Amino acid sequence: MTDTYLHLVNSGFTKKLAKQLGLPRPAPLRRHRAGDPLVDGPVLVIGLGGQDGASTPQPDADALAQLLAGTGDTPGWDLDIHRHVATTETVKAVVLVLSDVEHPDGLAAPVAALAAVLRRLAPGGRVVTISRTSTADDAPAVAAARQGVDGFLRSLAKELRGGATANGVVLAEGVDVLAPSALGALRFFLSTRSAFVDGQLLEIGSDAGTFPADWEVPLSGRVAVVTGAARGIGAAIARTLARDGATVVVVDVPAAGEALARIANEVRGTALQLDITAEDAGQRMLEHALGRHGHLDIVVHNAGITRDKLLANMSRDRWEAVLAVNIAAQLRINEALLTSGDFTDQPRIVSLASTSGIAGNRGQTNYAASKGGVIGMARATAPLLAAFGGTANAVAPGFIETEMTARIPAVTRQIARRLNSLQQGGLPEDVAEAVAFLASPAAGGVVGRVLRVCGQNLVGA
Amino acid sequence: MPAARREPATPTRTPTRRAAVIGGNRLPFAKVGGPYRDSSNLDMLTAALDGLVARFGLQGERIGEVAAGAVLKHSRDFNLTREAVLSSALASETPAYDLQQACATGLEAVVGLSNKIRLGQLDSAIAGGVDSASDAPVAVSDGLRRALLTFARARSSRHRLAALAGVRPADLAPSAPTTAEPRTGLSMGEHQALTTAQWGITRAAQDEIALLSHQRLAAAYDAGFFDDLVTPYRGLVRDQNLRADTSAEKLAALRPVFGTHLPTPATMTAGNSTPLSDGASTVLLGSEEWAHAHALPVLAYVVDAEVAAVDFVHGKDGLLMAPAFAVPRLLARHGLTLADLDFLEIHEAFASTVLTTLAAWEDTAFGRERLGLDAAFGTVDRNRLNVNGSSLAAGHPFAATGGRLVATTAKLLAARTAETGRPARALISVCAAGGLGVTAILEAA
Repeated sequence: MTDTYLHLVNSGFTKKLAKQLGLPRPAPLRRHRAGDPLVDGPVLVIGLGGQDGASTPQPDADALAQLLAGTGDTPGWDLDIHRHVATTETVKAVVLVLSDVEHPDGLAAPVAALAAVLRRLAPGGRVVTISRTSTADDAPAVAAARQGVDGFLRSLAKELRGGATANGVVLAEGVDVLAPSALGALRFFLSTRSAFVDGQLLEIGSDAGTFPADWEVPLSGRVAVVTGAARGIGAAIARTLARDGATVVVVDVPAAGEALARIANEVRGTALQLDITAEDAGQRMLEHALGRHGHLDIVVHNAGITRDKLLANMSRDRWEAVLAVNIAAQLRINEALLTSGDFTDQPRIVSLASTSGIAGNRGQTNYAASKGGVIGMARATAPLLAAFGGTANAVAPGFIETEMTARIPAVTRQIARRLNSLQQGGLPEDVAEAVAFLASPAAGGVVGRVLRVCGQNLVGA
Repeated sequence: MPAARREPATPTRTPTRRAAVIGGNRLPFAKVGGPYRDSSNLDMLTAALDGLVARFGLQGERIGEVAAGAVLKHSRDFNLTREAVLSSALASETPAYDLQQACATGLEAVVGLSNKIRLGQLDSAIAGGVDSASDAPVAVSDGLRRALLTFARARSSRHRLAALAGVRPADLAPSAPTTAEPRTGLSMGEHQALTTAQWGITRAAQDEIALLSHQRLAAAYDAGFFDDLVTPYRGLVRDQNLRADTSAEKLAALRPVFGTHLPTPATMTAGNSTPLSDGASTVLLGSEEWAHAHALPVLAYVVDAEVAAVDFVHGKDGLLMAPAFAVPRLLARHGLTLADLDFLEIHEAFASTVLTTLAAWEDTAFGRERLGLDAAFGTVDRNRLNVNGSSLAAGHPFAATGGRLVATTAKLLAARTAETGRPARALISVCAAGGLGVTAILEAA
């Protein structure tokens, strides 16, 4: 499962050779460890294009800068915030506030300010745009400017090197730039938690959500169920949720019980051996969580299977097995959760989709149908939870280094790894970080969305 | 003391406090030489404990005491249970002790710890048992052992040489453990063959018990009954001995292996006898307060237990017939009859062990002369007997069987009570080498 190529092009003689040959040189990505600082270096907040002209400060940027620096009365994030940078200084992150841009012409000044510092963006640096959703109700010029950010951001992400990423926070109409989810998403994108998230724009639909008492353990006091938790991405999700303070119930089929017990003991949670396709799976999860831990707040639908075949050769069994596990079980469990009356304290449902469900994948008509289904389900389930401050969202992993992808033939695997802006496969913990963010209290304004963890995979937009 | 002389007491007499069965965990039982052949007793007991910890969220918890044992035990494993605790996710401050009572080890561990809980000595406890027929200790002969010990004590080369010179070629043969009774030299199977013949148990009746055991265990697995009782180990997900597809014809085709030189027809086959097995089991026990404080369920209570032994050496009773005496005494103490039991778990050492026990209880002469009753002790409703299969299908790692029985029974009781709203009651009976028998009553919460 290790990416030998990545190690070779980053060390010793082979590093030099790769450089001379002009081979792609993916950078080792830094991942979050408990206690790491949010950003370990200067953060530049660019906010130009206020109402008084293209080069005047922008109020959203001022408000953000104040909070990030921790100046003023409110406790902030204690970042090293700069509004201008000397030409020789390295920058760790740039927040590009474009929320007030009302005409494509208004992009020029802030983008130029960003361009001026890009060469001094540190390895593993971050660019995060803050913009507003483009809708049909907007004036054409406003809509053009807002939609323009989308194309700009995705292109910029493809230009960044050295493990740097660019992502965007997109505020729906009326959502404040300091709304919990806007700040939660900004924090996620700035941090090493989003190491393998690149070129993504996440819409903040509302002001809902609450700030955690402690950003280090945002899930403190929350009880989470993670399905398919015995290995791979599910195990990483269990570990990450536990690290973020949650009490975790790990669920997997009885046959995976040995690995499941190991994870349960590692995260100091409880193991529930359960086939999620059972009629009463949802009730049994609830019963276990309520009985042992008093409540249930987060459900992560991670369990999934593949039964790949070209459609012409696909037996009905293979089709039905994948749909049963990957989507029908989730629908049935959600129904049980929603009707129970016990899933009402800012509940969170996070489902694992896949870039296959967005872009399609040859040989995976069944899998892609199920994963596309997950995306639709999340979108339609979110409104049902809104009354309780709840959300449903999906995370779509791209190429992740797991037991599953380790079985891909070597050459195909090497190519698949490089087909994204970060030129490498992600790790299970990268997916887990995105899940943990969407499960957090601060993400209450992210409703029915899909967050891709794919290093900006070249396929599937 | 004959059962009939006792005054009946109230059925649910409660001592100072009750000992609750909270749940259990075991490994799927494997055949000898199967997937656990390279696993030691310590490995398996640790795995069974860790599965229990995972199921009930006991990581880092200081349990009052853990008691477990193994029948086939290496001398280096003198502190097996404590070592397993130290290897597990439990708090290292959890005390432990080993015990051994042949095949009744696991049940006796439950009984002993329950009594400590009832007396207030413990708030929580884990009973367990483990056995590996694959990794059984093989000892050197007494002659070689003495020579080696003398050699080790010798101070000079001459004495060392002298010590080794005493070794005879015959001393070099290793002595492997057997199931032979030390006092009779007969294997357990041959002993049971005598009892089978004495009670006239037919081959067909034994095969029927075996078939039911497989069918019922398979059905219970299919229904998900073991989802929260068993944790897979080393790739084994269900009991390896379980044959869901066995049939009366297949069982009838097997060659008898025990009692082949008795004057009566030999009836005991590999199909209606338990195989040598590897595995481990654990049971979580606690006071009601402890269970409540830890938000853990109470499935059942351990009400009482009775042990018995028979004089098999002089042929007065069959080697495995002790429970036939223990159960009437136990039930009489509580004013109960067989009809008052919702479930009976009678360990299937052999199909005929169950049948000879039932036959003795139905026999008027046995009831009058041996049990001191006015008539036969009674008839067991077969629909209440080993309802989810037993050792013939699951296998029988000697010390692990008690834990399997207690956890299974407790779950059955809880389910029955949830269904009927009336506290259900069960009997557990385990026969053991040495003419021993341990029996217990469990009642639903």
